[in-house]
Amino acid sequence: MIRDITLGQYYPGNSWVHRLDARIKIIWTFVYIVSLFLIKDFWGYIAVLVTLALIIGVSRVPLKFILKGLKPIFLIIVFTFTINMFMTKGTPLFTLGFLTITREGLYNAVFMGIRLVFLIIGSSLLTLVTKPINLTDGIEKLLSPWQRAGLPAHELAMMMTIALRFIPTLLEETDKIMKAQMARGADFESGNIMNRAKSLIPLLVPLFISAFRIAQDLAMAMEARCYRGGSHRTRMNGMKLKKKDGVACFLMLAYLALIVLQRGVW
Amino acid sequence: MEHIIRIDDLVFEYKREEQLEPVRAVNQVSLEIERGSFTAIIGRNGSGKSTLAKNINALLLPSSGAVYVKGLNTADDTKLWEIRQAAGMVFQNPDNQLVSSIVEDDVAFGPENLGIEPGEIRRRVDDSLYSVNMYEERKKAPHLLSGGQKQRIAIAGVIAMRPECIILDEPTAMLDPHGRAEVMEIIQKLHREGITIILITHFMEEAAKADRVIIMDSGRVVLDGEPAQVFLHIEEIKSLNLDVPFAVDLACRLRKRGVEIPENLITTEEMVEYIACRFK
Ligand SMILES: Nc1ncnc2c1ncn2[C@@H]1O[C@H](COP(=O)(O)OP(=O)(O)O)[C@@H](O)[C@H]1O
Ligand SMILES: [Mg+2]
Repeated sequence: MIRDITLGQYYPGNSWVHRLDARIKIIWTFVYIVSLFLIKDFWGYIAVLVTLALIIGVSRVPLKFILKGLKPIFLIIVFTFTINMFMTKGTPLFTLGFLTITREGLYNAVFMGIRLVFLIIGSSLLTLVTKPINLTDGIEKLLSPWQRAGLPAHELAMMMTIALRFIPTLLEETDKIMKAQMARGADFESGNIMNRAKSLIPLLVPLFISAFRIAQDLAMAMEARCYRGGSHRTRMNGMKLKKKDGVACFLMLAYLALIVLQRGVW
Repeated sequence: MEHIIRIDDLVFEYKREEQLEPVRAVNQVSLEIERGSFTAIIGRNGSGKSTLAKNINALLLPSSGAVYVKGLNTADDTKLWEIRQAAGMVFQNPDNQLVSSIVEDDVAFGPENLGIEPGEIRRRVDDSLYSVNMYEERKKAPHLLSGGQKQRIAIAGVIAMRPECIILDEPTAMLDPHGRAEVMEIIQKLHREGITIILITHFMEEAAKADRVIIMDSGRVVLDGEPAQVFLHIEEIKSLNLDVPFAVDLACRLRKRGVEIPENLITTEEMVEYIACRFK
């Protein structure tokens, strides 16, 4: 049941987008997110939509798979939509009991709703087309200039690498403990929220214990393999920018220019 | 022959809270390990085997006495990385010693830590994966592999550091019989290639394949010698709550019934062959 979470998943492939340098993709995503907040009206969204459609088309990630990522945050979208719709003052369109929907409210709700959906799709696209391990390497490389200012870039990346490695192990462990508890009559699925939360305690305690044991064993194993932080380390797969990364960079600048222009001109 | 490891009067105590006495896990052990040898260490749970192993590659430092690897004192922290590179270690739990979510990246972890140049790392990773027969799986995620395969990846990760000695702390304890056989085969192959092997195990059949067996109890070495010699002390071994290899047990019983069996038969294969020849 825990395995159903798809957010942050990787969709294996070998498309042009998949093969781009992780650093470019991270910066692209960052620019994209900022751009969403620079957009003034629905015309701007058309530019975003076309860009997204192009990237998704080239990446060959099925649309269904991408939309599945929206499911967990569906409630949040509905919530923002409703709040915006009812809480904005302006010319009333119609009234539902004590609630009034205004023209501005409807506009805002749709505008914000679209922004949120684009935000989720865009950022989940990053993880869909980038191997997690490349993502951590990319983040390490991008953050490393700030290492001298005290930012622990290598440590952060190592933490993410280890988290990626052990999430499946811990999920397996959770499954095992759950089954063992269920065999002894534990019930994780019925009752109200309080009861369900309570039934999680006998699950979390052994899980924490095993997480600590794993951490202890792993630290020992890493030390035995001469791990001493990032300072002496080399990497087997260095990251090198290729021509297509330049092209992607150019496209990004073009996109950014377009968004900035619409903000200033229209 | 030259000694790759020398342990002089090693004592190791785990400190506990202030009021409590420290636990003396290793008590006055002196040993020398010959270069290129294959030593098995057996002993029941809590007899200090793991503690001894961790003292060899400086994961733990002696409370008193000293440990030398290639003549380097493990207490000398300027030589720490050289010692850990020369004496690699494989642990019991196959899940808890792999670092990366991609097999080949995990094998590269050790050489990367040693600061080796990328092209050379690539070569070493490929070589190591070939030598544990896991090259085909190099792009996979460890959690999709069997226990035996994970343990072979852990071994590959150690041999990619080009160690002279590998210490394996119960590497087969959590594996099924098939995985156990795979791992033993790799260990024996590495030994044939000249790497010194120290294998901690509680499977007597595995110990019988070594060329030296050390039996520990309560932090001390109680028996030490060639397997055929050590397993002759069958009563003493049983009094330590340990088994002897099946072939040794069988030979002992046959001898009691007046059948003469040579003393050097300790593995099941040897015994089967002997019986097949003799009673044809
Ligand atoms: N981290 C530790 N802290 C305190 N005592 C320990 C620790 N690890 C092991 N011991 C104790 O040291 C003794 C030897 O343990 P160990 O070397 O793990 O034995 P073995 O590997 O033969 O089972 C045991 O009595 C054990 O309880
Ligand atoms: Mg042990």
